[in-house]
Amino acid sequence: MRPRRAALFITCLSDTMYPATGRAVVTLLERLGVAVDFPLQQTCCGQMHFNTGYAAETIPLVRRFVRAFADSEVVVSPSASCVGMVRDAYPRVAALAGDAGLAREVAALAPRVLELTELLVNHLELEDVGAFFPHRVTYHPTCHSLRMLGVGDRPVRLLRAVRGIDLRELPQAAECCGFGGTFAVKNADTSIAMVTDKVRAVLDTGAEVCAAADNSCLMHIGGALTRQRAGVRTLHLAEILAATER
Amino acid sequence: MSDPTVPDAPFPQAARVALADSQLRRNLGHATRAIRAKRADAVAELPDWEQLREAGRAIKERAMRHLDTHLLELEAAVTAAGGVVHWARDAQEANRIVGDVIAAHGADQVVKAKSLTTEELGLNEALAARGIHAWETDLAQLIIQLSDDMPSHILVPAIHLNRAQIRELFRRRLDEAAPDLSDDPGELAEVARRHLRRLFLETRVGISGANFAVAETGSVAVVESEGNGRMCTTLPEVLITVMGIEKVIPTWQDLEVYLQLLPRSSTAERMNPYTSLWTGVGEHDGPGEFHLVLVDNGRTNVLADELGRQALHCIRCSACLNACPVYERTGGHAYGSTYPGPIGAILTPLLRGVDEAASLPYASSLCGACYEVCPVKINIPEVLVHLRRRVDKHDPERAAMRALARVFASRRLYEAAQRSGRLGQRPLARSGRITRLPGPLSGWTAARDLRPVAPESFREWWLRERG
Ligand code: SF4
Repeated sequence: MRPRRAALFITCLSDTMYPATGRAVVTLLERLGVAVDFPLQQTCCGQMHFNTGYAAETIPLVRRFVRAFADSEVVVSPSASCVGMVRDAYPRVAALAGDAGLAREVAALAPRVLELTELLVNHLELEDVGAFFPHRVTYHPTCHSLRMLGVGDRPVRLLRAVRGIDLRELPQAAECCGFGGTFAVKNADTSIAMVTDKVRAVLDTGAEVCAAADNSCLMHIGGALTRQRAGVRTLHLAEILAATER
Repeated sequence: MSDPTVPDAPFPQAARVALADSQLRRNLGHATRAIRAKRADAVAELPDWEQLREAGRAIKERAMRHLDTHLLELEAAVTAAGGVVHWARDAQEANRIVGDVIAAHGADQVVKAKSLTTEELGLNEALAARGIHAWETDLAQLIIQLSDDMPSHILVPAIHLNRAQIRELFRRRLDEAAPDLSDDPGELAEVARRHLRRLFLETRVGISGANFAVAETGSVAVVESEGNGRMCTTLPEVLITVMGIEKVIPTWQDLEVYLQLLPRSSTAERMNPYTSLWTGVGEHDGPGEFHLVLVDNGRTNVLADELGRQALHCIRCSACLNACPVYERTGGHAYGSTYPGPIGAILTPLLRGVDEAASLPYASSLCGACYEVCPVKINIPEVLVHLRRRVDKHDPERAAMRALARVFASRRLYEAAQRSGRLGQRPLARSGRITRLPGPLSGWTAARDLRPVAPESFREWWLRERG
């Protein structure tokens, strides 16, 4: 199935703090012939609440999400972590709510919720999306993209096809950056030890840009990079794929 | 006696000690990285690894569902083969049973094969209180015992020590060590060997744990690398094996699956060097008396937890410890329990109750590395989140999470919050970044800036451009 239309699930984080990522997804998909919808009733998928142990507080957010996207044939999101929440945890939330109707709605919707690189590579069958980005880039494969969604090397294949890019391999790439939602605050010392090693690995590549397919991890890595005045910026993969030679 | 599976301090606090110890972090980083890479290679050799994992998971799941039947079958088979089976509800009962058997033989010392279960029970301390000295014979466990330290890894208990530290310890504590002992691993092992040989020959009672027990035949399996465990299970006149009730597997054939999964996952070996298997007592060989102590000590509580019960599938390979980015940096002591690392973060609260270890389910970034390597597919992140749901929540976090949930539940409140966030951050944001946050959030800004709310949200742009 080659979708002609997709509803963007921007995530609360990107909506509020990284709007450029959303604009990039729109630019990219429209360039590839996919019309984009943006259901305005969407807010947050509830991942932070659920993963911190607040299941009761998560239930209304799941209901809200399911209704907001009920009519969308395909939902696309620039966050592997939030997509993982929908596909992996929503069935459990519905079960905890004891709501069979919600469980059915979740079961119907969850498989249609795709992470951006899944849509591009699996469904649009593309690796070269016509991007141009003449910079030194290293790619951090986020934990949930790798181990929850199993996107494998799809993001790297997309990046390799970008014209002008100088892609540098990240040492110990698959290791967590230490974000983990509220983990970064509850276990701040451990989280900082983890991101310190990640930042060192990023700097070792000599890249100017650290890219990933999730702004939450990039917010974490980027926060450590700017604190250290490292001179490396973070950028969502979508923004690289949307860039063209003008 | 304090319970060795109940942490004294919350994880974030206990972790600080290790995080500040740069020697420890180097030792651990070096060790876990090396074993991680080796495990990956050993696993990659088997084309059917994923099927094996699934078999390992399925067999355990089935075994747990009929645990009562299998345990009775095991008891009957062991008894028929001349062994004596004891049932222990908790640590106190188990320790008393073991102590009574030793006392009945008038022994004042025992040799021990490495066993996590006896550590969980605090057996050595309980025996010491009865005037019985328990000698650890696993090399690393011996090092721990000599240094009056706590193990920090379930398979490599002294992973946090390097060989210079071990040489110092041997020189101080072992008569067999010459004053000019070097830190050459061969020389260190030789000193330990002479010490242990003497013990094996003069001790009449041996104690072991069990990796598996086969219900249909009554056979017990101990898997190890050094051969010292086999000395403990074969040389003494009396053998006492202490095992958790979850270690039983239904059939001999099931063993085949685990004997493939375990060595590759734990030591990255194709086959482990020593697999000892025995059934009751033999007429001409081995101990003339065999006792099997079946221990509950919280396990039936875990069994009653539908989602958590998968933690009982654990075969203690330690792959999840080696894979864990948190463990790599904090070491095992921070978990404050016999069971450290990702498996400990779920098993400890499951065995003892979440109230006893409320910080452990949060000692993870939920990166999933543990689940990925677990040979019996225990979904540790899923159980962590499940346990987090059962932790008592407190303000201000609880109040903040509830308020936030209300905001996310309404488009109007959500959009208003985006606007007010933009205003509220003004005093905090400097040149496009927030460098200091108040209260509990200050942990973030201790070493990381925060990105401020964007001047225009995505939805505002969308409404302006496409609305
Ligand atoms: S939880 Fe899995 S990976 Fe961890 S020690 Fe147990 S069997 Fe091994």
